[in-house]
This record gives sequence, structure tokens and C-alpha cells, in this order.
Amino acid sequence: MNKKIAVAITLAVALAAPFIGYPVFLMKLLCFGLFACAFNLLIGYTGLLSFGHAAFFGSAGYVAGHALTVWGVPPELALVLGTVAGALIGLVMGMLAIRRQGIYFSMITLALAQVVYFVALKSPLTHGEDGLQGVPRGRLFGAIDLSNDLAMYFVVLAIAIAGFALIVRIVHSPFGQVLSAIKENEPRAISLGYDVDRYKLLAFVLSAALAGLAGATKTLVLGFETLTDVNWTMSGLVILMTLVGGMGTLVGPIIGAFIIIALENKLGDVGTFLVNTTGIEWFSTLGESVGMVTGLIFIACVLLFRRGIVGEIGAALAAIGKKSKLA
Amino acid sequence: MEIFGKPLQVMMPQLLLGLVNGSFYAMLSLGLAVIFGLLNVINFSHGALYMMGAFFAYIGVTTFGMNYWVMLVVAPLAVGIVGILIEKTMLRWLYKLDHLYGLLLTFGITLLLEGVFRSFFGVSGQTMDVPAALSGVTDLGFMVLPNYRAWVVLASLGVCLATWFVIEKTRLGAYLRAGTENPKMVEAFGINVPLMVTLTYGFGVALAGFAGVLAAPVINVTPLMGSNLIIVVFAVVVIGGMGSIMGSILTGLGLGIIEGLTRVYYPEGSEVVVFVVMVIVLLLRPAGLFGKEK
Repeated sequence: MNKKIAVAITLAVALAAPFIGYPVFLMKLLCFGLFACAFNLLIGYTGLLSFGHAAFFGSAGYVAGHALTVWGVPPELALVLGTVAGALIGLVMGMLAIRRQGIYFSMITLALAQVVYFVALKSPLTHGEDGLQGVPRGRLFGAIDLSNDLAMYFVVLAIAIAGFALIVRIVHSPFGQVLSAIKENEPRAISLGYDVDRYKLLAFVLSAALAGLAGATKTLVLGFETLTDVNWTMSGLVILMTLVGGMGTLVGPIIGAFIIIALENKLGDVGTFLVNTTGIEWFSTLGESVGMVTGLIFIACVLLFRRGIVGEIGAALAAIGKKSKLA
Repeated sequence: MEIFGKPLQVMMPQLLLGLVNGSFYAMLSLGLAVIFGLLNVINFSHGALYMMGAFFAYIGVTTFGMNYWVMLVVAPLAVGIVGILIEKTMLRWLYKLDHLYGLLLTFGITLLLEGVFRSFFGVSGQTMDVPAALSGVTDLGFMVLPNYRAWVVLASLGVCLATWFVIEKTRLGAYLRAGTENPKMVEAFGINVPLMVTLTYGFGVALAGFAGVLAAPVINVTPLMGSNLIIVVFAVVVIGGMGSIMGSILTGLGLGIIEGLTRVYYPEGSEVVVFVVMVIVLLLRPAGLFGKEK
């Protein structure tokens, strides 16, 4: 019952948000929320730490942007192409990376993502350092004019909800149960007769495809695509979002993504505010030191709040529940 | 004289450059392997600490008017002390957890260190002069050898081999190897394992700092120089496996040479050749060249 109320409130807020906030910023939040959820499917539910998710996110963005600008395809097809690109790169990377376990898996994904980065840097299709500019939004299904921010917002919201629902479905399906069995104890899953590598690969491809969808949507919304999205720092950022919100929780990554993106955008304002209230001039440089601040949050999360915001709240609620039962 | 259609005069400088890069790969992957062996942590901040070594040398020489040779000793020591602080205050708390937390923590430390150096030095590069004693070139007849590059290769090889000797052939190294196998048992014999762990981490990152000082006069010293390198070094570690000290050294040097050769025959591929080798190794021998199949 509580869950239904929470879902209703969230939906109401999501529907009302573009009338109060700045729609483009809200759409950016949704895209990164979906990206973090896609990443969480691997780390939180399969126990695989990918350090290369920027490769899917960024290349899907480039593919969608190229298809829209150069080929002039309608937006729905561009999103599909971006998702397929993410899935294909995920398939190749996944097949190589699952040949090694644990920490090596992370290093391999990082190294392979770096290859994708070099391709994006050198290829004439991506326009290197300049990136893709002026990507048109076009008309969805030939009918809905997406250049209207409000229309675009509801499309993005629908995509994000669909992606999120798919992840919830995957997690609760028998397939998702096998994934969590692999996460808990891989040798045991093998001894139970599961072809662990195939499950891992499918999870990897699904996660890459959804990350691709998020990246393609982001390009459609913002109208540009740059090297930032394929860089290793982006892979690190999505890890941080998931870690802050709570790995292995369904809504955690969304909350984490909102916090980190809001932080990136508003850090300068926070710095100005701190200068005004404390009188310490140094805070004015805060806007340029996003890396330093994200680094600090990373360290604090790993040392103090490994369960993330949602995970810690859940644990606290469970503790209260236990106490009231005993009393 | 030509080798596969390339004159020796074209070939040799690139091979030498490959050896120089290979020395850095060897020193960094060696440090990663030693740390991973005892701490079970993949030290992402290795690249940032290499950068720190280079910046310490740069600051020492330009701001405090120190001599290069002094900094060659002082900077790695300082980096080692930073490492010891990191281990004592942060890494220590993660040993009982999944390996991935160590990777995440050191990733955060990397962002923090890079951010700090960025806020002081910006993103543009600083340059440092080659020390006077090594500034010349030696004409070997078939090639002109810049003395400093030769020194980089020799110094790194010396340090790598000394590390190999200490770990494989001395009593101290025996404790270390035993600690890698079974830390509880070693502790039961009265060895101070936590101290050993701290010093090992300090030593591993001091190697990275040393590499940074060696690199400072031949490359642009920038806050981001470490993260570009560490990703390549990760690939080197995947190729070689972290089980063997000599394996790390040989893989590092070998890949440097392969990279140099690629620059001669197919320059466009030189930046990704290490990753391509990694893919081939993963397909043919997933455990890595010197790794053991589990």
C-alpha cells in the first residue's frame, strides 16, 4: 500500500516538475537517472563492476546524433539506432571482459572503453574535439514536434519510466534471480548448473543497451554530443551516482544521479553562497573544482556510507522495525 | 641498413622511445603487482601518485632551487609518505570488504589529487630541464642516443631488478611472499604484518613517484599525465597477470617495445596497440601471460 502511494506521489511530482523547474535540466536528470539505473543492473544485481559504461553512453549519443544530423532519420529511429549501438559494443566488450573475474573484469572494461574513446577522438564522424553540434530534435512519429521543451520532456519521462520498469521487471524475473545468485556466490551458481557466463553476458548487453538508450536520449535533448561522454571520467561519474544513491537498490541510482548532476551544475552557486556567508574567498573557486569535490564524495561514500542514501535509509528503517517488534 | 623497409635511423629512436615508455609501464605495473599481492587492492591512484612524483620534482627544482639528483631521492620518499598516510587513514578500513571498494576508494583519491594539482597548476603542461650531466647525446654510429633517455631506461631497469632481487632472494622478501600467501600464519610467527602492509604500499607508490621524477624532464608535466598512463598500465597488468614480479617487468618492457615498433610501421595504431594486444591475450590465454589458471 505504502509503495503505491509513493509511486503516485513520484508520478505527480514528475508530471508537475516541468511547469515549475527548467525542463532541459530536468530531462538531463532523467537521462542520467536511467544511465545510473542501467549501470546498477550490473553492479547492484550481478556484482560486476564495469569501468567502461561511458563507452555505451557516449557512442550511442554519437550514433543517434549522427543519424539525426547527417542521415536525417526521425527521432524514434535515432533512439533505436543508439540503443542498438550500445548493445553491440556491449556484446563485444562483454564477451572479452567476462573471460576474467573480479578486479580484472573492471580493468578490462576500462581499457576497452579507452579504445572506444580513441576511436571517437580520431574518427572524422565524431568531429573530434568539437563534437557534434546542432543536432535537430525533429518530430516524433512525424506528429509530435520535439522542439517544444514540454513535449520533449514528457517523451523523455516516458522513456525513463519504460527503461526503469524494464529494469524492475528484469530484477524480479527468474533471470534476475539467477543474476543475484551469481552475485552472491558464483561457484555455487555454476554447481547448480547455470551457464554463468551466458547470464553475465546477457546482463552486460542489457545494461549496455539501456545505457545506450540513455545516451541517445541525452543527445536528442541537448542537441550536441562531445568527448566528455565517452571519457573514463564519465564511467567514474556513473559509478559515483550509483554508489551515492545505493548499489543494489532500485531507486537509489536515480536519486544519486539527481544529486551528482545537480551538484555539477550548482557547485559554483554553492561556492558563491559560502563566500558570502563565511567570507572565505577560497570557496569562489569551488565551481571549477568539481573533480576535487566528486573525489571527496567518492572517498566519503566508500569509507562511511557504502550502502548509499537509499540503502542507509532502508537499513535504518529495518532497525527501527526490529526494535518496535521487540518492544 | 634496413629492417622490413624501414631505415635503422628511423627505427632506433622509436625503439628507444618504446623502451622509455616500457620502463614506466614496468615500474608502475610492478608497484601495482606488489601492492595487489599483499593488500588485495588495485591501486587506481598509482597514476595520480606518479603525477605527484613528477610535480614534486618540478616544484623542488623550479621553486626551491634543488638539484635533480636530490629530487630523485626526495620526491619518491615524499610520495611514499603520502602513500603511507593514505594506507593508514583510509585503505586500512577496506581490507575485509570486496576488492571493488579498494578500487573505488583509490579512484576517488585520484580525482581528489588531480583536482588539487589542477587548482594550483591548471591543465596546461609544465616543462622541466634535463639535468646538465645528462643533457648531451652520444653518437653510437648507427644512431644518436640522447643521454637522458638512456639514463631513464637504465635507472628503471636497475630499480626493477633490485625490487625483484629483494622480493625473490632476501629474507625480507620471503616474509612478503609469505604474507601474500597467508598473512595470519605470518603474523603468528611474530612478524608485524600491518606494518609490513603499510610499508609495502608506501614502497609501491614510491616506485610510481620515482617513475614520475624520471619522466618529468622528458614529458609535459600535467595533472592529467597519470590517468592517461594508468589505463594503459591496467591493460599491461591484464596482459601479464599480477602473479609474477619478473612477469610484470618483462610485460611492461615488451609492450613498450611493441608500441615503439607500431609507431614506426603504423603510427595511427600506436595509442591503441597495447589494448589490441590485451584483446588477443584475453582470447588466447585469458589468465594472462604469467598468470595461473584458477
